[in-house]
Amino acid sequence: MISLETPSRLKPFVSQVHQVAKEVLRPISRKYDLQEHTYPKELDMLAALVDGMNEGGGIGGAGAAGVRRSSDRAGEGNRNGSNLATALGIIEMCWGDVGLLLSMPRQGLGNSAIASVASEEQLKRYGGRWAAMAITEPEAGSDSAAIKTTATLDGDEYVLNGEKIFVTAGDRAELLVVWASLDPSKGRAAIKSFVVERSNPGLKLERLEHKLGIRASDTANFRLEDCRVPKDALLGNPEIDVKQGFGGAMQTFDNTRPLVAAMAVGVGRAALELTEKLLKREGVEVDHAAPAHAQHAAASRLLELQSDWEAARLLTMQAAWMADNGRPNSLQASMAKAKAGRACVEVTLGCVELCGSVGYGEDELLEKWARDAKILDIFEGTQQIQLLIVARHLLGKSSAELR
Amino acid sequence: MSGGADGRPEAQMGATSEGILERGMGAALRALQVLAGSDLLDRLGARKGMERVLFRATRDGVRSAARASRTFTAVQRLARPARQSPVKSGGLFDITPDDEQQMLQEAVRSFAAEKVRPVARDADAALATPEELLAELTELGVGMLGVPEQLGGVIEHQAAVTGALVGIELAHGDLGIAFAALAPGAAATAIGRWGDSEQQAAYLPAFAGESPPAAALAMLEPAPLFNPLLLRTTARRDGADWVIDGVKSLLARAQACELFVVAAQIEGSGVRRPGLFIVESSTRGLSIQAEPSMGLRPASTGRLCLEGARVPAGALLAEGAPDVYAECVHRSRIAWCALATGTAKAVLDYVIPYVNERVAFGEPISNRQAVAFTVANIGIESESMRLLTLAAASRADTGRQIGRQAALARRLCAAKGMQIGSDGVQLLGGHGYVKEHPVERWYRDLRAVGVIEGALLL
Repeated sequence: MISLETPSRLKPFVSQVHQVAKEVLRPISRKYDLQEHTYPKELDMLAALVDGMNEGGGIGGAGAAGVRRSSDRAGEGNRNGSNLATALGIIEMCWGDVGLLLSMPRQGLGNSAIASVASEEQLKRYGGRWAAMAITEPEAGSDSAAIKTTATLDGDEYVLNGEKIFVTAGDRAELLVVWASLDPSKGRAAIKSFVVERSNPGLKLERLEHKLGIRASDTANFRLEDCRVPKDALLGNPEIDVKQGFGGAMQTFDNTRPLVAAMAVGVGRAALELTEKLLKREGVEVDHAAPAHAQHAAASRLLELQSDWEAARLLTMQAAWMADNGRPNSLQASMAKAKAGRACVEVTLGCVELCGSVGYGEDELLEKWARDAKILDIFEGTQQIQLLIVARHLLGKSSAELR
Repeated sequence: MSGGADGRPEAQMGATSEGILERGMGAALRALQVLAGSDLLDRLGARKGMERVLFRATRDGVRSAARASRTFTAVQRLARPARQSPVKSGGLFDITPDDEQQMLQEAVRSFAAEKVRPVARDADAALATPEELLAELTELGVGMLGVPEQLGGVIEHQAAVTGALVGIELAHGDLGIAFAALAPGAAATAIGRWGDSEQQAAYLPAFAGESPPAAALAMLEPAPLFNPLLLRTTARRDGADWVIDGVKSLLARAQACELFVVAAQIEGSGVRRPGLFIVESSTRGLSIQAEPSMGLRPASTGRLCLEGARVPAGALLAEGAPDVYAECVHRSRIAWCALATGTAKAVLDYVIPYVNERVAFGEPISNRQAVAFTVANIGIESESMRLLTLAAASRADTGRQIGRQAALARRLCAAKGMQIGSDGVQLLGGHGYVKEHPVERWYRDLRAVGVIEGALLL
């Protein structure tokens, strides 16, 4: 039966996470935006709480712990599982603060990667530890198949060499999931992910970035110099399967893109809610019964922003719901990420504009959300990459035909 | 029912000498055959549901041509008005239509592809949808979704989602024809939802009967910045009657309508609020004007002029309750969103093979990002439109507040629908501008979505 409401079973969880976002994240949001690179110690206690939530009900956490695909669930009837729960949790947390969510211990994108492709044994080994994701290189951003970091088998160990940039939570995490090529001459199929301990002497922190937004979250650059990891630190299949190509490494994205889309939905809602409140004080409210053209221009603009935000929200829920039901969702995941990324930027910038210097100044968080928003249309696949993926799906084209 | 197609020679089905019912049955049965071809029917165990959907095809009797102004008389009045019951939500997020909805969806989808799309260009040029096609659509029951079961309807529960799914599929065939086919259902749905037992008894049996009347939900007025909450059309009390004055715009098949549900500003003792009035076409003071427009041309759009039109006290729906009127505005917006969604999807499905086959500079133009990204955005936004439409409709069926959700859907569908219509023409370039291809028609039709209020209802 068609229903696009928040599932009633998840409502208590959503409201619980909302309370946490309101009571814990919001009050320290500006503080850590101003104090870039200072570790938000308040998160340690919160992380323990989130761990508890994850273990408790099997309901999925506020972060990225619970996005393992349930492909065996197809045909068993409608299911609202951990993907949807996690997306809803992330929306609430990012309503609080997206930078702080990205700094939540044990909730990194590396954890998603491990959850998505690790063997049972690896899951056990890396479970409960904080993992960051290291893909991007100075000369390979969106073109992740062009990465130059190599992994060479030497006895029982792989030896990693290369440079990784823009690693979210890279300095604070306990583990890094590093993409490296077993054989650069074999292209995408040779790219594998390796779990590297942060304490590994071959992993050298180069610097932490100073950024436009999400300043509560540290963004690290590393050099890997003869970085040795045990053979079983390779996630997934060590064989170079040219036929399967990039699929293995990329399948993580089908799970994580809806979650990054959820971040955008959360930030967008924060900006909309505050703007609605501020405009109401000025006597401007959206009247949902009257046509847009019969309203104050600001109300009409707000209505437009609300509608784009709502589309982002529903596309995100759909993509997560499909993952819960074992349906292939890479088209819908990219649609959600594309729409949510751009809607979040449009919404937050629009809200700053509507609120004038109150929106632009640091007394309110609107300007911060507008800075935070921009990364959500970039990382985990830029707007343009999402459009490429969507277009290839719709047009039936390969990445060689549509580049 | 399953053996109904036997012994009915194919040639006879299409014969022009046959009655409308015969041809209608043919259409319904053909739609069924399409489904029977796949094993979907049995796989879903839903053959019975399908039979109910195609209920009209099983009716006996010979149809007589509809009269210009029939007399609507109450046959049998129920003690209390009949209502479709709200759908009880299962509490889970779900975007899968139920079995019965899937059957209807498939039937309408194949009908739209086989019967609607092929005649759409001519219907656009002729400013009219062929009567036979409308009759076949009536036979499919698409106008009856809002009529309570006790009064001849087929669906026990509220059916906004079902109606939206039908609207999407039908408008994938053609938006103007979908408008023509679904418009009478708006009047029936209004009376089904908000009529008292007297009003229901007088009018609904005709919709459930052999020759349902053309009818219209007349809300829009010919005024820039039209606002459905501030109408120029007025209804004032005169003795026991209401006297209505005003002009209503862009009604589907206005000339053929026998019944109107007219939105008018109720005036009297300090009150000024809009309400809905049932007005029969034989009422004195009514006249119809053709109103050919940019698009929606298969719907033969026209204006209804009311000059001192006098209707009895009992013509007012729901005693003019403001929340009923607001609900009517919201529900009609969702219906237009459904049509926009279907046509937006039609644009997507049409441009994909075109840009893949069209070669420029030595390769398919779809190899270029400027083209491919446009297609991607049509895909993303048409999907957004579908989800917002279904979200609003499902809230309506479960009895939740729908004002905000309907407004968001309308804003998105009007803006993105028009963008998609424009992109559709752009992707075909000069070829998109000429009538060899349907994209120029969709461009014209999609502009209507942000313009019209009322006229359709879920």
